[in-house]
Amino acid sequence: MAETIQLEVARYQPERDTAPRLERFAVPLRKEWVVLDALNYIKDRLDGSLSYRWSCRMGICGSCGMSVNGEPKLTCATFLVHYAPGPVRVEPLRYFPVVRDLVIEMSDFLRKLQKVKPWIIRREEQPLSSGEYLQTPEQLDAYKQYSMCINCMICYAACPVYGLDPLFPGPAALALAQRYNLDSRDQGAGERLRELSHADGIWGCTFVGECTKVCPKNVDPAGAIQQYKFTAAKEWLKSLLLPRGGG
Amino acid sequence: MPPETPVYTSYHPRWYRQRVSTYWWLGRWSYLVFILRELSSLAVAWVVLLTLLLVRAVSAGTDSYAEFVQWLKTPVVLALNAVALSFLVFHTITWFNAAPRAMGLRLGGRRVPERLVAVAHYAGWAAASALMAWMVLG
Repeated sequence: MAETIQLEVARYQPERDTAPRLERFAVPLRKEWVVLDALNYIKDRLDGSLSYRWSCRMGICGSCGMSVNGEPKLTCATFLVHYAPGPVRVEPLRYFPVVRDLVIEMSDFLRKLQKVKPWIIRREEQPLSSGEYLQTPEQLDAYKQYSMCINCMICYAACPVYGLDPLFPGPAALALAQRYNLDSRDQGAGERLRELSHADGIWGCTFVGECTKVCPKNVDPAGAIQQYKFTAAKEWLKSLLLPRGGG
Repeated sequence: MPPETPVYTSYHPRWYRQRVSTYWWLGRWSYLVFILRELSSLAVAWVVLLTLLLVRAVSAGTDSYAEFVQWLKTPVVLALNAVALSFLVFHTITWFNAAPRAMGLRLGGRRVPERLVAVAHYAGWAAASALMAWMVLG
């Protein structure tokens, strides 16, 4: 095995660059090293000015999403040896504005996330004396897969609809909406549906399916959105047939 | 001479935004497959139109039907139908593969395995095709 591997890292320094450029670094190729280790090596030993986000190093925090050889990946779970002999191109996540080097601007995602109300909505809270809201394993299973989302935004970088339509809420936000819709403790599905059942909501999704393929936590946002569309269509039909809510 | 120092504005200086190319769907195989899947709806529309024209020809009498069949045998229509058929097969396969995920079928509180849903779709397709073959050839 070669001792080093070349990393082509996108650099964008807004005070001097008009567009990102690639800078080459040679880093040790170790079988236990992930792309994030290589970036940390560059930052510690070669160029301290390199900027990127990371935190937990174990696929939980969702901070280190980047484009590796054109594919959106969690860099803490992407091994260098898979790209040997290299070079490995590391760029910021696609479709987001770049702040600096590999750091993207994520306010748009956070705004959209808040818009889908990803929390349990109750019309009326049970009194504390009646205890917790209990769930059966089946009720938990109904939404558990969608609750594994770590907000890493990798699905956004794979979704051409998000790239083309800035109003589209995006895969993770919609999957999280569905996660709460399917939660037996939640009563906010109608509220969310009013917010999301339009052309710039769930119906903006054309089911490209790439979000599901790239998701590092197997959340399956594409499936969640299609099922959400089915529910929305059912609700629309119900409102057409029973305009007064059918009692 | 002052040293070359970066000049910062008060708040996030200049974000770099890359425009999405018109040809984004050529950049990745799966995107191209998606666009072809969307395009295949035109083939579906063509077959629907053809069926409606067939019904009209049949209802107008024997001569009109014979004329319609003659028209179907012209090279242009034959070529068009060959392309439409390949798109229809592609449409069916891609849709059947996507359907289990879109349906998220649950039975007795458990998710039905996606493979099983896909197999049921293909079995339905095979049964419908066998029925058609029996009606036409039998």
